[in-house]
Order: sequence, then structure tokens, then C-alpha cells
Amino acid sequence: MTTNFGTLTPAELTSAVTGGIGTSPQRPDGNLKVRGEFAYASDLWHEDMIWGATLRSPHPYARITGIDLTEALKTPGVYAVLTHQDVPGRNLYGLEHKDQPVLAVDVVRYQGEPVALVGADHPETANRAMKRIKVTYEVLEPVVDMETATQETPLHPGGNLVRHVPIRRGDQAPKADVVITGRYEVGMQDQAFLGPESGLAVPADDGGVDLYVATQWLHVDRSQVASALGVAEEKVRLTLSGVGGAFGGREDLSMQVHACLLALHTGKPVKMVYNREESFYGHVHRHPAVLHYEHGATADGKLVYVKAKMFLDGGAYASSTPAVVANAATLGVGPYEVDNVTIDCYGVYTNNPPCGAMRGFGAVQAGFAYESQMDKLAEALNMDPVDVRVRNAMTEGSVMPTGQVVDSAAPVAQLLKLVQDKPMPAPMSADLRQLPGGVSNTTHGEGVVRGVGYAVGIKNVCFSEGYDDYSTARVRVQMAGDELTAQVHTAACEVGQGLVTIMQQIVRTELDIEKVTVLPMDTSIGNGGSTSASRQTYVTGGAVKAACAAVKAKLGDRTDIGDEVIDETVEWRHRATEPLDPETGQGNAHVQYGFAAHRAVVDVDTELGLVRVVQLDCAQDVGKALNPQAVVGQIQGGSAQGLGLAVMEEIQTSQGKVRNPSFTDYLIPTVLDMPPMSIDVLELADPHAPYGIRGVGEPPTISSTPAIVAAIRAATGLALTRVPVRPEHLTNT
Amino acid sequence: MDFLRPTTLAEALAVKAERPDAVPIAGGTDVMVELNFDHRRPAALLDLTRIDELRTWSDGDELRIGSGVPYVRIIEELGAQLPGLAMASRTVGSPQIRNRGTVGGNLGAASPAGDTHPVLLASDAVIEVASVRGTRMIEADDFYVGVKRNSLEPDELITAIHLAPAAGPQQFSKVGTRNAMVIAVCSFALSLHPGEKRVGAAVGSAAPTPRRARDAEEFLNHALDFDNPRPLLDSVKREFGELVSQAASPIDDVRGSAAYRKHALAVMARRTLGWTWQEFLTEEQACA
Ligand SMILES: Cc1cc2nc3c(=O)[nH]c(=O)nc-3n(C[C@H](O)[C@H](O)[C@H](O)COP(=O)(O)OP(=O)(O)OC[C@H]3O[C@@H](n4cnc5c(N)ncnc54)[C@H](O)[C@@H]3O)c2cc1C
Repeated sequence: MTTNFGTLTPAELTSAVTGGIGTSPQRPDGNLKVRGEFAYASDLWHEDMIWGATLRSPHPYARITGIDLTEALKTPGVYAVLTHQDVPGRNLYGLEHKDQPVLAVDVVRYQGEPVALVGADHPETANRAMKRIKVTYEVLEPVVDMETATQETPLHPGGNLVRHVPIRRGDQAPKADVVITGRYEVGMQDQAFLGPESGLAVPADDGGVDLYVATQWLHVDRSQVASALGVAEEKVRLTLSGVGGAFGGREDLSMQVHACLLALHTGKPVKMVYNREESFYGHVHRHPAVLHYEHGATADGKLVYVKAKMFLDGGAYASSTPAVVANAATLGVGPYEVDNVTIDCYGVYTNNPPCGAMRGFGAVQAGFAYESQMDKLAEALNMDPVDVRVRNAMTEGSVMPTGQVVDSAAPVAQLLKLVQDKPMPAPMSADLRQLPGGVSNTTHGEGVVRGVGYAVGIKNVCFSEGYDDYSTARVRVQMAGDELTAQVHTAACEVGQGLVTIMQQIVRTELDIEKVTVLPMDTSIGNGGSTSASRQTYVTGGAVKAACAAVKAKLGDRTDIGDEVIDETVEWRHRATEPLDPETGQGNAHVQYGFAAHRAVVDVDTELGLVRVVQLDCAQDVGKALNPQAVVGQIQGGSAQGLGLAVMEEIQTSQGKVRNPSFTDYLIPTVLDMPPMSIDVLELADPHAPYGIRGVGEPPTISSTPAIVAAIRAATGLALTRVPVRPEHLTNT
Repeated sequence: MDFLRPTTLAEALAVKAERPDAVPIAGGTDVMVELNFDHRRPAALLDLTRIDELRTWSDGDELRIGSGVPYVRIIEELGAQLPGLAMASRTVGSPQIRNRGTVGGNLGAASPAGDTHPVLLASDAVIEVASVRGTRMIEADDFYVGVKRNSLEPDELITAIHLAPAAGPQQFSKVGTRNAMVIAVCSFALSLHPGEKRVGAAVGSAAPTPRRARDAEEFLNHALDFDNPRPLLDSVKREFGELVSQAASPIDDVRGSAAYRKHALAVMARRTLGWTWQEFLTEEQACA
């Protein structure tokens, strides 16, 4: 059986790595991944295992009028063909609302919705059998427009509104010298993690199941799986397998219940692996959005009010739409002081692909709109875009539109100044690789104009609105030879962000023990919470630190404890938050705020509409860099994902159907698209957080996109109200 | 599925005659994608990578490039003699794809977006195909017959590409929405043939097949004075761009709109004309 780190034993995992917090020890998975030796969930193998496959709806909206399994069942090598009738427990699951069927019953609400499952001796057999399942559909007219969805055919019993979050603060009929309005659109971005959904379910003697899977949140997977299987949670045991990226796309279930259903029905281990195309249908995406904004300011650039009406397209099922809506609303004015705020944010159901968590989580969509507005305001006032931002920048002590006081560092102006003061890149190069279009040889400089743009963003860290957000950590200390060693056990998922290394660093620092083994992450210990919301270093890091303190209390200053074993488990919570008032959106809903600023320098081929981002610099406050190299890695990765949204990444849909479910046509940045970055990391400790840290993963994704688009605007003079910016937008074709 | 691995061309042709349903595989960078996506389930694959004849090129009045010579070798070994083909090869996929992928495979797939096609058209390449019945020489112009269809008979294999070493400047230009590793939204190739006082111009990914821009070529053949070269007038570039754009009949798809493709072709045509003509002028002046 493979575990998190391929074929290495726990002892080997720790051997090469030393160093406490504030250093950058080598990650155990780094070299393996670079060499192609890391064992991902898709590499799982079990003797006598069979393969599962999922039959999906070809239609975005249709009534199922019949399912005929006869031919499929006759296929030699097929062990089971299952439909909703074979789901023993509750055939509904979901992160916040249980509205999504494990297998469709009489209606399908999105293209790619699972309808039936096949278990067979070979993936090819499963494939053939799947093609022999006859499903008859009565195709219905899909609901696809997020702005009108609530007035159209209800797709769920309660109608098409998933959540409306209003924010009302200050004067609701304010007056201002200058008024700026805009309508913005954000296309549907995909997490595009490279390791597709996969896992292995092994039936157990006690009637339960062991599931090895690539996920972001073991315990919430477990409770959803147990509910669908109709078994007690203890009988569903999950172990994290090798995860090839997540970015929010693994918060919802994909193949988890399906593989377990097949395993329990056949009594055999079942492996499921999506291919790339299926992966595009198999997970939620970033909500596309339409955002209407109105900014009012004084003649000297002080914001008087912000009004916004935002629509987020949640697609066919709720997923995490309610929380995404709350983020977009509460962070909707950006990192600025605004006394008068009127925001209405709506998350709706449509027959588009389901959308949920993705890095930035609502703050990305709002960020593109409010930063575009700030540039428009600067232009209207003939002010410098950085000055107008600095003029309104929030600081520690500022009040959010929710009434919450920002009670730790908020160095917004400082971050902006840092990126503004960075040296500019060299002038346009003659090297094709440095020009828009690269070696495709579209320009030798003709039509190329340089532009510079700025943006800053705000993101909440950890779970909000009163959610009981905690993590559990167990630290065990004993002698190995004449040396103290430690083991750390949590259920917090390492998805590539480096949590394994962080936990080792914390233990080394707290206990002064060099050899630290991280046990496989599984559900034999309490909840670790989700690897999302930039929260694991904060919350699970906090839990490990607290568990170390409990161990330390027993260990004292001893370096030899003989046969004694000190074993402490701690559940650790960040400070509590409050729900939002449903009418006014007021409340201390968030735990912590993170900030990043970008300056983008772009060269745009204005005739061909091709863009090359020449430099993308970032400044971010991280409170405390527990692992400086990992921090920089997060900033580079988040910025690259923002670049993707700015200029290329979009799942294109037409009447609810995905038009580009492949990496041939869903383009993500290559090394020739992502420029060098100069990064400034501030460490302004948050007194409420362990070690003073501030979540790192998401803020850079928010400001990267609007900074790049601002730079393209500066180069072209075009309004550019939609991302990703396409050549058609730049050439008016 | 049978995996057939002949080691000589004669053997391969015999196999292909006997089993016309066998799908040839060279670099496999198209074939394997189709198999992985289950778009195609051939009864047999005919592996061509062991056949030395297909993996060599030879010099002469004209070059004969075996259909199985990978892009990386065209770039490294033939860049000076065939700058246009090398430029197009350089834009194909990633290093991994260029290590495996071949011009023969590009021709076999005959995708309207294949990057080498406009260059082959603009430089009057001739495609050599063979079967047990004999060898045929097909002009590039006659090779592409429909979307992803070429004029091969079921028993034939593509054996080589014949084309003259560049006698004048050549350019290839390709629009994609990413700065590397991208399928063409549209592409354009231009070759000057000063000896014959004419040009070759062709568009890719902007019509059901790659195609020559004949009216644009005619226009330039008259407008360019090869004997007495002078700097180009903007109006000539513009008219050329318009005619290239008119040669295309593109569609709207996920990669781009028809209107954008037409627009971009005109821009690429203007620019490549500027670059090639400037190069020609400079060379002439150097000789004079
Ligand atoms: C990631 C990726 C990126 C790509 N990027 C590009 C790109 O930028 N530009 C581009 O043009 N293409 C691109 N391609 C497509 C592909 O790489 C090219 O078309 C390449 O030229 C195919 O060559 P091959 O040798 O791999 O062909 P194969 O896959 O081996 O064959 C392709 C077709 O030609 C037939 N065939 C091959 N050899 C012969 C022969 N001698 N006689 C008869 N038929 C034959 C095969 O049966 C098959 O139908 C890309 C592919 C991938 C996977």
C-alpha cells in the first residue's frame, strides 16, 4: 500500500530534513515530484482490485425517462452496474446544502452529472459496459444566465437563489463629487490541478470501507460518504493519498462515494481515476461573475461610498456558493476605508457546471471589479493609480463594511509603495522569447506597447461566520536509541502546499527534537479541517504547537525518558467569529485579513492583441514566514494563477455545455508566460495567531489579475471589463 | 490491437498493402492522443520508427527529408537551409513534442492547424508517398483535401518531403493565446523566390485546409521589383494583408473568432512581408 510519500518509509521521510521555523528545510516530496517518482492517488494499486467508471449526462438539463442496464450487465468482466437505486443511504450530499445526488434520480442538472457506475475487471471493460447503458433523456431548456436565473425555471425546490448577502453600512443615499460606474465580468476559471481525481476503496471485514484518496478534507469527505452509504462514520476510514494539487477543487466529493459504493457492492477493492477530460466535469470551478459597481468620491479622491450588485453563478448545485457569496460581499470594497456601503451579492443556481471553492474564493471576482473601479476613479480624477489607492488604504483599526474592526496589521499603503519602488524591467527586448507571441514570431517589436498596472487585494483567512473551525494534532515523543524522537499525526491534508514540512519545523522548534516523523494523514485522528481558506499553517500549525506545549509540560528539560512515551492530542481553535446579520451584513465574521499588492509590467502587441507579462512583482504581509521558501512559492504560484485568469484561463460554455474540456484548449500559463517576480515579504505579526502568522496562499491570486489587466489597459487605452482578456477584446474583432 | 514493427520501408509497404487499416505511427504525438481519448480504435498500429530510410535527410539541388525526421533535428540540422520550416518547427508544442513529432506526422494528421503546412505550401514542397504499387510525388497544393484529410491512398505511406533550400528570405508567424505550446489560432508563411521573381504565401488554421493565398501571391509578384528592389510602400503591405485575409474562410471556435483570424492574418502578412523584403534588400545591398 502506498501512502503520502510514495514508497519511502517514515524514517526516510525525515532523514534529509532538518530545521525549525523561520528556515526553509527541503520538502520530502520535492525531489520525488521533479523526478516523476512521487506516488499520486492515481498510482494506487491493490491485489484483485477492479476499476470503477462513471456514466455522465451529456445534457446540461434533462429529465431521465429510462435507464436500461441489461446490455451493460451482460458485458463479460463486469461486476456491477449501479444507479441511484443502489445508493443505500441518503442519495444527497453537499458541503453546505445537501442538494447534490450521488447518482442522478430523474433529472440531470449539468453536463457531466453522474448517472450510473460500472465496476469491471479492467478500465477498458468498464468503458465498454458504460457505452452499453441506455439512458433516455427528455432534454429541457437549460437556465444559463446568472442575472436572470432567479426568475427562470426553478432547478431546485427552493428556487434558484442559493444565497443573497446584503451589506448596509452608513448613509444609504450618499452624495459624491465624482461618480464612477462599471459592469465587470469574470469568466469561469478551473483549478487545473495536474493530478486528476482518483482513489482506491477497499471493503473491510466489519462491513465498512477503507478509502485512500486525494482530497482536501478527510473528515467532511467521511461524513458525506458515510451518509450516502448508510453506515456509521467509524466504519468509513479515509487515508490521504498523494495529492497532485487542489486549489479548492477537491473540497467537494468526486469519486469518493462512487468507489465506496462499488466496493461494498462487489466486495472488491475498487480503483477510480478520472482522465483529464472527465476531471473537467468531475470538480467544481471558480464562480463566473457579473459585477455592477458604483464608486463615489470627493474631488480629491477620498472614497465616499461604494454600491455594488454582484451575481455569482453557482451552477447546478450549491457546493460552497453560500460562503463564496459572503466573501465577495464582505470583501467587496477591497482593502479601503469606505464609510457608506451598499452591497447585494447573489449566488444562483443555473445549469452551468457547478462552481465552488477556488483559491481566492469570492475575493477574486470582487477584486477584479473594485480594482478596475479604482483605476477608473484615478483616471477620472487625473490621479496616479497608486496615490488614489494609498489615499483610501485601510490600516490597522480600520472598519470593514461589516462593522468589523481590523485588529492587526493592514499595511496596504506600505505594500503598494513597496511594489511601486521596485526597479523597472529592462526596456523591450529583441529576443523573440521576451516578446508577445514568443517564438511564434508574430512581432519583432511592431505594435508593441508597454504598460504598467497596480492592484492590491484583501482576503479573509480561516473559516468565517461563526463556523466552528478547528484542527486536531497528536504529538508523541519517545526514545529511539539514545535520542528523543517525535511523531506528528493529524488529518490535515498535504496537497502540495508543504504542511508536512511546516509541522516538522514546528515540532523541532517547540521540542528541540531533530527527528520528526509525520504519520500518514487519516481519519483515525480527529478532524484537521479543510486545506483551504489559507488556514492550515494557522490552524493545524496552531494545533501542533499546542500539542507540543502539552508534551513539553510532561517532558520538561529531560533529554532521556527511558521507556516512557509522551503522547498528547490537542484540539485547537482560532478565535470565534460571528454570523452576519441577514439584513445588514454586519458582524465580526472573519478571523484575520491578508493583503498583497502587485505591480505588473506588460508588453502588448496592440495590433494582434497578444500579451506578454514582462514582470510581476508582489509585496505581501505574512505575519511570520515559518518557511520563507514555501511562502515565496505560494506567492509565485498564486500570482501565476492570477495571470492565467487575466489573460488565458477560461472554461467556455455554450448553453451549459463545456466547449474546451482539455489542456489543448483550456490554457494555463507556461514558463514562457510567467515572468520573473521580485517579491517582498513583510512579517508584521498578528498577535492573535500562532507565531503571528497570516495565511499566505490566497492573497496573491487576488491582486495579480487586476494588476495585469490594469497594465494592459495602460498599454492600450481600452476599458477591458472582462477577464480573461482575449485577443478579440484587444483588437475589437 | 496488433503492433507491427517493420524495419525496412519495403516491409512496411508490404504490411500496409496487406493491412490498409493499420494506422501508421511515427512520433505518436497525434496518434497517442487519439487513442488515449478513445477517438480511434485501430485494429493495428504500424510503427515506422525503426525504418532508417524515413529518419534521414539528404542534400542536393533539393532537399529530401525523410517523413520521420523529428522537429528537433529540422531545427538543428536544417535551420540554415530551410529557415521557414525551422521557424514553424520551433513553434510546435514543447521540447518533448519536438523530440518526437515529425513533419510526416503533421502531414498524416493533415489538421488545418498543423504548423508546417503553410510553410510547405509557400515553399512549393512536394510530398513523396509510396506503396507496393510505386512512388507518387504530390505537390503540397494537392495534398490537403479536407478537414484532417489528405490525398493518401489506404495502402500508401508518406516517405519524404522534397523542397529546395531557401533561395530567398522566409518567414513563418503563428498566433496563439499563450506564449508557447499552443495550437495555432491562425498562422501564415511567406517565402520569397527571387530567382523566379515570385513569392509563396499560405495561411493555416483559417480554412478547412491549409491553403495558398493565390491572389495575394499574384499581387506581390507584380508589386515587388526583385531586379531593382526598393523599400516597400505601406499601401503594398496593406493590400497584401487584405488579400491574404480574403484568402481565408475561418470559423468562430473556442480558440478565436473568425473576425479575429481575418484581422490577425492581415497583420501577420504585412509584418512578414516587411521582414522578408527588408532582409532581401539588405542582402542585395550587401552583394551590390
Ligand atoms: C502537447 C501537444 C502539442 C502539440 N502542439 C502542436 C503544435 O503546436 N503544432 C502542430 O502542428 N501540432 C502540434 N501537435 C500535434 C503533433 O505533435 C503534430 O501534428 C506532429 O507533427 C505529429 O507528428 P508525429 O510524428 O508525432 O505523428 P503521429 O502521431 O505518429 O502520426 C500522426 C498522423 O499521421 C499518420 N502518419 C504518421 N506518419 C505517417 C507516414 N509516414 N505515412 C502516412 N501516415 C503517417 C498517423 O497515422 C497519424 O494519422 C501537438 C501535439 C501534442 C500532443
